[in-house]
This record gives sequence, structure tokens and C-alpha cells, in this order.
Amino acid sequence: MIKMETEHIYKKVEKIVFGFLSPKQIKKMATVKVVTPELYDKDGYPVDGGLMDTRMGVIDPGLRCPVDGKKLKECPGYFGYIELARPVIHIQYTKIILDLLRSTCGECGRILMEESEIEETIKHLDCVEKESGLNIKRKKIKAIIASLKTVKKCPHCRAKQYNIKIEKPLTFIENDKKLTPIDIRSRFEKTPDRDVEVIGLNPRVARPEWLILTLLPIPPVTMRPSITLDTGERSEDDLTHKLSDIVRINQRLFENINAGAPEVIVEDLWDLLQYHVTTYFDNTVSQIPPARHRSGQALKTLTERIKSKEGRFRYNLAGKRVNFAARTVISPDPEIAFNEVGVPRAIANELTVPERVNEWNLERLKEFIKRGPEEYPGANYVIRPDGKKKKISDETKEQLLEELQPGYLVERHIMDGDIAIFNRQPSLHRMSIMSHKIKILPYKSFRLNPAVCTPYAGDFDGDEMNLHIPQTEEARAEAEILMHVQTQIITPKNGTNIIGCLEDAISGNYLLTKGLEFNKDEAVELLMSVGIKDIPKFGKIVNGKEIFSALLPNNFEYIGKSRDDEDVIIKNGKLIKGIIDGASIGEENGNLIRKLHRDYGEDKTLELMGLMFKLGIKTLLYCGFTSGLADTDLNPELKSKIQKMLNDAEKQVEELIRKYKAGQITPMSTKTLEESLELMILQVLNKVRNKIGEVVAANAPEKNSFIIMSRSGARGNVLNLAMMSAVVGQQSLKGKRIENGYGDRTLSVFNKNDLSPRARGFIRSSYKKGLDPVEFFFGSMTGRDSLMDTALRTPKSGYLYRRLSNALQDLKIEYDYTVRDANKAIIQFNYGDDGMDVSKSEGGTINIKNLIKEVILK
Amino acid sequence: MIEEFRGKINGMLLDEFEKEANAMKLTKAQREKALKLLEKRYKEYKINPGEAIGVITAESFGEPGTQMTLNIFHFAGVSELNVTLGLPRLIEIFDARKEVSTPIMEVYLKKPYNTDIKAVKKVAAMIKETKLRELAHEFLINIIKKQIEVVLNKGNMRNLGITEKFLFDALAVKLKKVKIRKASNGNVVLKPDLEEVSLKDVYKLKEKAKETFIKGIEGISQVLPIKQGNEFVILTTGSNLKDTLKLEQVDETRTISNSLFEIASILGIEAAREAIVYEAKKVITEQGLDVDTRHILFISDLMTATGRVKGVTRSGITGEKESVLARATFETPLKHITGAALAGEEDLLNSVVENVLLNQPVPLGTGLPGLVASMKKNE
Repeated sequence: MIKMETEHIYKKVEKIVFGFLSPKQIKKMATVKVVTPELYDKDGYPVDGGLMDTRMGVIDPGLRCPVDGKKLKECPGYFGYIELARPVIHIQYTKIILDLLRSTCGECGRILMEESEIEETIKHLDCVEKESGLNIKRKKIKAIIASLKTVKKCPHCRAKQYNIKIEKPLTFIENDKKLTPIDIRSRFEKTPDRDVEVIGLNPRVARPEWLILTLLPIPPVTMRPSITLDTGERSEDDLTHKLSDIVRINQRLFENINAGAPEVIVEDLWDLLQYHVTTYFDNTVSQIPPARHRSGQALKTLTERIKSKEGRFRYNLAGKRVNFAARTVISPDPEIAFNEVGVPRAIANELTVPERVNEWNLERLKEFIKRGPEEYPGANYVIRPDGKKKKISDETKEQLLEELQPGYLVERHIMDGDIAIFNRQPSLHRMSIMSHKIKILPYKSFRLNPAVCTPYAGDFDGDEMNLHIPQTEEARAEAEILMHVQTQIITPKNGTNIIGCLEDAISGNYLLTKGLEFNKDEAVELLMSVGIKDIPKFGKIVNGKEIFSALLPNNFEYIGKSRDDEDVIIKNGKLIKGIIDGASIGEENGNLIRKLHRDYGEDKTLELMGLMFKLGIKTLLYCGFTSGLADTDLNPELKSKIQKMLNDAEKQVEELIRKYKAGQITPMSTKTLEESLELMILQVLNKVRNKIGEVVAANAPEKNSFIIMSRSGARGNVLNLAMMSAVVGQQSLKGKRIENGYGDRTLSVFNKNDLSPRARGFIRSSYKKGLDPVEFFFGSMTGRDSLMDTALRTPKSGYLYRRLSNALQDLKIEYDYTVRDANKAIIQFNYGDDGMDVSKSEGGTINIKNLIKEVILK
Repeated sequence: MIEEFRGKINGMLLDEFEKEANAMKLTKAQREKALKLLEKRYKEYKINPGEAIGVITAESFGEPGTQMTLNIFHFAGVSELNVTLGLPRLIEIFDARKEVSTPIMEVYLKKPYNTDIKAVKKVAAMIKETKLRELAHEFLINIIKKQIEVVLNKGNMRNLGITEKFLFDALAVKLKKVKIRKASNGNVVLKPDLEEVSLKDVYKLKEKAKETFIKGIEGISQVLPIKQGNEFVILTTGSNLKDTLKLEQVDETRTISNSLFEIASILGIEAAREAIVYEAKKVITEQGLDVDTRHILFISDLMTATGRVKGVTRSGITGEKESVLARATFETPLKHITGAALAGEEDLLNSVVENVLLNQPVPLGTGLPGLVASMKKNE
């Protein structure tokens, strides 16, 4: 048996210290001194001492690094350096350079403070940092710098101090004379370590003179790889371009200085060198023209690579790309369980689970290898204990089968029952990423039970979702124990169930428990189709309540209310009284589901919910359920009644307008006359619309599908029906009727200052009847407004969420139940004052009244 | 018997239990049974150590945030005052902005004053700020004499109870470097007290004079007494707690403002904490959403934990984090890195993002316990 890895070397970064690279360090860590701007010689081989020197890392497959002998992807790359002919300023630090110049003596380089004051200030600053943190210390230092600016005479050497100005971006002027980087550097060299601490610099990692560059580190080639185009031509990275500019100018500057060229020329080259170094660090400095490609596109240099959403931090470090993931369109499948996900065969052939070979599964895994990557269920790769990864193909198959033995890993195709992590963006809450059991299905889309649409906030109008396959035992265990769908039934937002029955499943159960009756055979067939094998004894005629009860556990007790406030009573697992509707099994407030969850646990609840869901759908399949145009029909009597109601309302409005014009309206306090009138009119119109809604609902036949849906809580409300069959109602913008635009009217078909309902956006038609052009226009106004609202809201709330999660992400419950931040500072002594978990408790509390009742009833 | 369970069950729950048990007249045996069940439930419902509660809280606000409306103006209940509500207000609260976009006070009054509408209206008039503009018919610029003549509106003055003497005194206090006198026709004459007066100065003075504060409480531009239960409450547009609380009729124990900073500076940090909870709750319930109180409490505790009100912004909570990398990942990475290099800051990698950046387990949830199994080495 091959020896397994017994010891894992577990490396952990303990801390990161930030600081400057001193010229000494730059030299020490470098492997190359770059002296020539040329990249490759005639043969296309990197030039020694050039920017692509192989000692700075390898980027060509097959080559080995001359420094550590490693190959591409193994060799981390090494730094080089350039010796600058003249020092230049580091653009990111101009502000602190100015501060330093202003607060140190031009002659002796000491800070402009008495000796004793320096000691005192440093002590005070240390105190401040310990007590209130770095931010406050920085503010204090700012004030100190501001006060030092005005010192006229050095307290150490009595030299006169001049005012120092900065001419943006990088020219420092003292007394109308330009300070060259050499001047600045020689000044800073004189400042003792202790003095710079007053300005907030830590002299161990940041000596002031290091802010003026004399050596420039060259990043490894691995950080700026060149790409070979299809034509065979090499295209260099932006950084390489920039660096070769620097090297070229630097060489020229050297030559000119050595040749004793006139100072003007040297100065010019020096400025050019400063420009190149500046744009190498930051190509977006204002007042400095950005360095460009030959095509005119600005180069992306160091700063731009780090910052913003597409920068290194947020794009590559805080978010990482992964393998073993799939993405496709989702579609519904009510036949699969809530915690299953249907995965297409084509995807199953690509995604794999690593399985360690042992004596007992050796033969089974060999079968997988035999089937190979094409046939399902097969395997794609074999990994030897030494880490070598071998692709299974027709050529390698035989050999791999022969050498396979315990200790090897086989990456076999995913199969039914494997754990997968399923996700839909935007991942706004933890229910946006849940783990499901895989079920391999034909066709090309992911299939999920419509009941889990709510937690993912998805629908099937073209949404796509992502699937990830955990690759280690730990990951699988965590996914199954912490992320499985049944563990997420109750949301931690407010303690209600986010997963429940919905739409047809509710309508179905509603109709079933309301009074459907079946003969025995039908009832048995219905239950069988749901998946119930344990069928209770039925009489000749079976009513819906009995069928529903067949799903429930025998000892289940429940007392609750239905949507129309009628009692729902379940005793000994039998539904005795009441109708099952949205209030019992729906999402958000499914009280029956909550009770099941508490009494039987999450697994059983999910199973029962699945059964109820299926029962609802199958019931509808049996008795038929559809909605059509006929459902919106009204009888002529009702029609004329509604028209009369509308006419009355319009008359009322007319009366209000007449009163207003006659000056008989008393305005409400703090409102103008016009505003009061508007409010009154709005009230009249909204009242009539609501009344009509009630009338329509009251007169609709029992079996009207819309009424069934809205009563059961499956979809829609009565007003929606009224809008279709009777009247659409007032369109309002910002809580008001449609306001006059230009020319004192809403549309040019009306008279000026027309206050009548029609002229201000009241839609008298129903959707069935159809809207006339004017009404349609007003309808589209509110439609457009709500589109705008959504479009503007999404980024705003997204940013709020980003800020919240960034601020709160490292707060956790400690073992002593206190809430603390990353530095162990206590935020709450007991989470939420009682230490209860919202997603475990009854909506955030324990209902003591119910608890006592429970005890008494026992 | 209840005392036995103290320490095992949260005190608030026990108190509630005692009340309910007494109300339902439980027998001793029932009591014990119920308490045992309560203890069992309480243990089940307790939160797990290591739970990333911060993220859960953030999610509990972030997700409903997408459902909130953007409608800035809404009518606050019965009243007719405009208030910022919905998402913009929630953002405003979490930002801990110094300036609230629609400052509002709810002024409660003490016993004898709060039921009599006349007395309430009187107090309301006292609170409302009066500017010179409201006391004048018009402001005339006399170009030749380079002065302003204010034609007073005697009726308004009488209604607001302002005497001429009071007016002149107030003007003298508020308008510096201005000569104030009464003209023979009863007008108030204002003239800039400068050696050379240009027309521009006169015009400037006119604009300034219009906005001159005469009476009431500064910043309160509107008052509205409304009935709440069986007492009257005055809602105001504009907020000035400091001066309002000084009035003897005002009940200083209940009067509040919606400006967090004002509350923090006048009533202290604990009051500010309560105010955040109150305001955030108001926004959420008004939008018809349901978010557990714990989450709101949690954020307000965090925002006020240091004794100052900190916003959820790059300069607030996130900006004051110890970890350099955590700050850099959020916003303005360069500023934080360069700053850290100068000060030689250390990042001890004890929060979440830094470890994500470095591909290390995060110190939360299952990444928290540091269990190492000692295994026998193979010979």
C-alpha cells in the first residue's frame, strides 16, 4: 500500500507589516540590475540585464527559472532594480513630503520644536494612539504640522525658515527657488529618527529620504507577462512598456551627465525621467498628461491596477474564480423535491467529485474509469498520490486501470445524491446560496422546485443560476449540515418561513380542504401520485380534508386561523375543521409549517411541505383549474350598478370643484386650498374604486378562479380582479393625481385647468374593455415612473448593502455569547439582550402564552 | 420556583412567564413543567457561538432595501408634514448624516397644557420661528436715500403677539452694522451703517432683513398640533431640541427630534442609540416590511459603541477598523496602503476579508474553533 500523506504542513500568515523598501533592501532582494531598455535579442531570447531577464521569473512554458530552478506557475518571480541617474519624487507621497519640508529646518533638518517639546509630543501621540486609535492620532498630527508651518526660526540652529509652496503636481518652491529632489533628499537625511515620529512616520520602516527614489525596484516578469499574439508577435504588458521608457531615459541621463552635457539638457532629461516614474506609479494624476499606447489608449499602470471595482483588491483578491462550477438557465420542475436540483447530463459529464480509492471501492471506481469521460457516469481524471493529474482517455485508460490502487484519487462524474451548492445572484441573503442534492436529468437547464424560487428570488423568465461542487469532505459536510435547503426554511430576517407552498399548490390545497369529494379509487390514486404509500382506511366517499390528513403525522396537533379568520383545527393528525390556505402553508406566515418545524424538525418539515405541494398540484390536475376571459365577466345588472357608482363619484368630484370655485371649501391646516381640494378628490375616487372592488368580489361566483386564487392567498387580490373587470382607477404620481404639465393642462385634448377625474388620470375603463388613448397615456405614465424607481433604487440599495456588510462582516458571537468585533471590543453583552437566534426561535421570541397553554392541555 | 431558573433562562422571559403564569393561575406542578419546557426551548433557540451575526444583520437590511420605494416624500400618517421616508431615509440614518434632509420634532407637552387645544396652539405659536418677512407687507428700496423701508403688517404682528418695541429690540440684536429707526409713517427704516453705501449693500441688506429672526425658536419653520390618543402633540418642521427643551410647557422626557446628531449632543449617546432604533423601525414598518428588532438594535449598538455616533461609511465604522487590508478592500485602497506604509502599521489578520485575500480560513463559524487532533504517527 502506498504511504498516504500523514503530515500536512499547515502554513498560516500571522501578520503583515507595511513599510517602505529602503534602497538597501531593494538591492538585496533584487536578482538583476536592469541596464538596458532592450527586451529581446535577435533570436528572440531575453537580453541579460534587460527588462525580461529570465532571472526575474519565467513566463514561457517549458523554461526553468535560473534562480530557483522551478517551472512556470511554480516560480513566483524575482525583483530587479534600476539605479536612477538622479533621484525623483514618488508621486503618492508629495503631500507628506510637503509636510516634512514645512515642519523641518531648511538648514539642520531638525523638526521645528524645542527638544523637550519633541519628547512630550511623541509621548502624547503614543497615548492618543493607544486610547483612541490611529485616526485620531492622524488628526492630531495634522494640527501639529499646521502649527509648525508658521515657525519662523529654527529652535535648534537659529536659521531663518522660509515659506515652502508646492506647485502641483511635483514642484516644491522655497523662497522663489525650486527645490530639486537632491536638495530635498539631503535635507531629509539630516533629520534624526526621533524627530520624524512627530510627523507620524515610523523611522524603522519609513525614513523620510526614502520618499525620494534613488533606486527603483522592477517587479518580476510574472507580474507583467507578455502575450504572444496569433501572428507570433509578442505584445508586452503596459508595465513593461513604462519600465522600458524609464530605463531608456535613465540611460540617456547617465550618458549625458558623464559626458558633461550642459545643465539645461540634463535638467530636461531629469524632468522626463520624473515624468516616466510618476506615470509608472499613477497614470491618472491631474495636470500630468497620461502616458499612452501608440493607439492612443492610456496605459494601465500600478495605481489603476489596484483601485476600484476592477482593481486587484476587489476583483482578484476579495473575489476569486473557481473551478467545478456550472451555470445555465433555470426551469421549474414540481416533481423533484425542494432540496434537489436537476442537473443536465451535459454538465454532469464535466463536473466531478474526487473519490479516494480504497480496498472496498476499488472495483467500483475502476468501472467509472472504464466508462471514461464521454460515457455517463464515468470519470475524467485520476490523481496519483504524488499529486500528478492524469486525464482519462482511450489511450491512457488501460494503463490507469492497471496502476489504480488505494491512495489514488478518481475524479468521477457527479451522480444522483451528490451535494452541490446552488446560487443565484444577487446574493442578498444567506438563502441565496443553498446546497441541494443532485439529480441528473435530461435536457439543458437546471431544474428546481418552484417553492425554492422565493429564497433565491428567481423566476423562470430566463434567469440563470450557478452550481458548485464541493471537493473535500469538510466542504461537503459543511454544505450538508449548514447550507442544505431544509436548514434555511426560516429566515433570520424576521423568523418567518421563507420556504412554503405557493401559487397552484395553495389553490389546490384550498380547494381540496374546502369541500372536494372523491370516490375511494380516486382518493387512493391521488395519494399514490403524491407518493403516499401508507394509505388510511377510507369510506366510499372521501372528502378533501381526509386526503389532506393522510399526509400529516398521527400525533400532530394544531390550532390556527385561516386567512378569513376561521379556526383551523388539527387533532391527532386529522384535519377536523377549517380550510388550509396561504395562512397555514404559504410562505412568510405559514403557521402550520412553523408548528411542524418546531415539533418535527427541519427534515420532516421539508418532506411534508413537499408532499403538500404535490398534493395541491395533483388536486388541481384532477379537478382542473384555469382562468380565462370569462372569469372577468360581469352580469349586466352589476355592470350598470358599477357605472352608477362611478357616475356618483364623478358627480361628487364635480360638486367639490364647484364648491372650490365658489370659495366654499375650508382648507386643512398647513395646506393650501388647492392641496385640500386635491386630497378630497383623491379620497372620493379611491373610495369608489375600493367599493367597486368589494362589489365585484361579493358578486363573483364561488368558482371564479381569480376569487379562488385571491381568497386562498395563492396570487393576486380582489382589486386586481376589479381592475380587469370593472375599473382600473386613479393613476397617481408621488401620491398625487397626474399634475398639469405645460400650459395648465395634462394633455392638449382638455381645457385649461380642468380638474375633472378624467383630465387628471382617472381610468374609468377596465382592462377587459380596453383603455382609450388618454387613459392609456396616463397608465403608461405611472408605469414609466415605477420603472424609473426600480432602476434608480437598485444601485442605491446595493451600495447601502455593500457598506453594511463591509462594516459588520467581522462581528461574531463569542463563546461567552457576547458580540465582539475583530479586536474583541464588546458591542453587545448578550446578543439582542436575550441571546436568542431569530432563525431558530418563534419569530424572535418564545410565545409564553402558547407554551403555558401547551402544558395545561397536556 | 422561578428563582431556581434564573441564570438558566433570560430574565425578561422569566418575568413575562411569571406574569402569564399568575394570570392563568397555574398550579405548582404545571409551573414546574412549564418552566422546564421553557428552559428546554430557550436552550434550543440560543444562538450558536461563532455565528457571523454581523453579516446576518447586514443581509437583513440589504435584502429588504431592494424592496423599498424611493419615494422621498410621503405623508407621515395623519399629519400633512413632508418627511423623507423609504430607502433615502434609511441611508440617511445609517450614514449618520449631520444634516437631516427633513428635520422634524415631536414636541410633547406637560400635563395641564397637553389636553387643551388652546394652550397647545399657544405653545405652538411660541415655538414657531417668525421672520421679519412675515411681519411686513413689503420691503421698499429707496434708491436716493440708499435705505430700506419696511412696511409693517400690523394685523400679522397682532396675531403673533409682537409689539413694536419687541420688534425693534429683536432687530437691534440681530442686525449688526445697521441703523434702525422708525419713520414718521410707521415704517421701519433700515440703512447699512457704512461710510460709503453702495446700492449692492442695500440690496444685500434687504435680502438679509427678510430672513431676520424675530421670535420663536430658530429653525422651526412650521408647527402642526395633532391629536395623539387623548393628548395633543406638536409636530414641527425644522429641529432645535436645545431651545425647545428649555420651554417650561414642554415635556422634556418625551420630546424628540429625528436628527441623530442633535440628540447625541443634547441628550447623550444612549438617547442617540434609542433614536436610531426608533427611526429605523419607523422607516421599515412604514414600508410594510418586517425586520426583527434585534437587527436594528445591533446596528445602533455598533454605531454608538464608541460613545460617538459613527456612520456606516468609509469614514465611520469601516474607516476606523484596525486592519489595513479590511479598509483598503472597502474603498480608497491607495490612501490606506500609503498611509500604513508611512506609519509602519501592522495587520494582524484577525477579521474576515484579510484572510479571504490571503486564501486562509476566516475566524468565523466553522473557521473559528482551533481543534487539532493528535494522530499517531506511522512507524
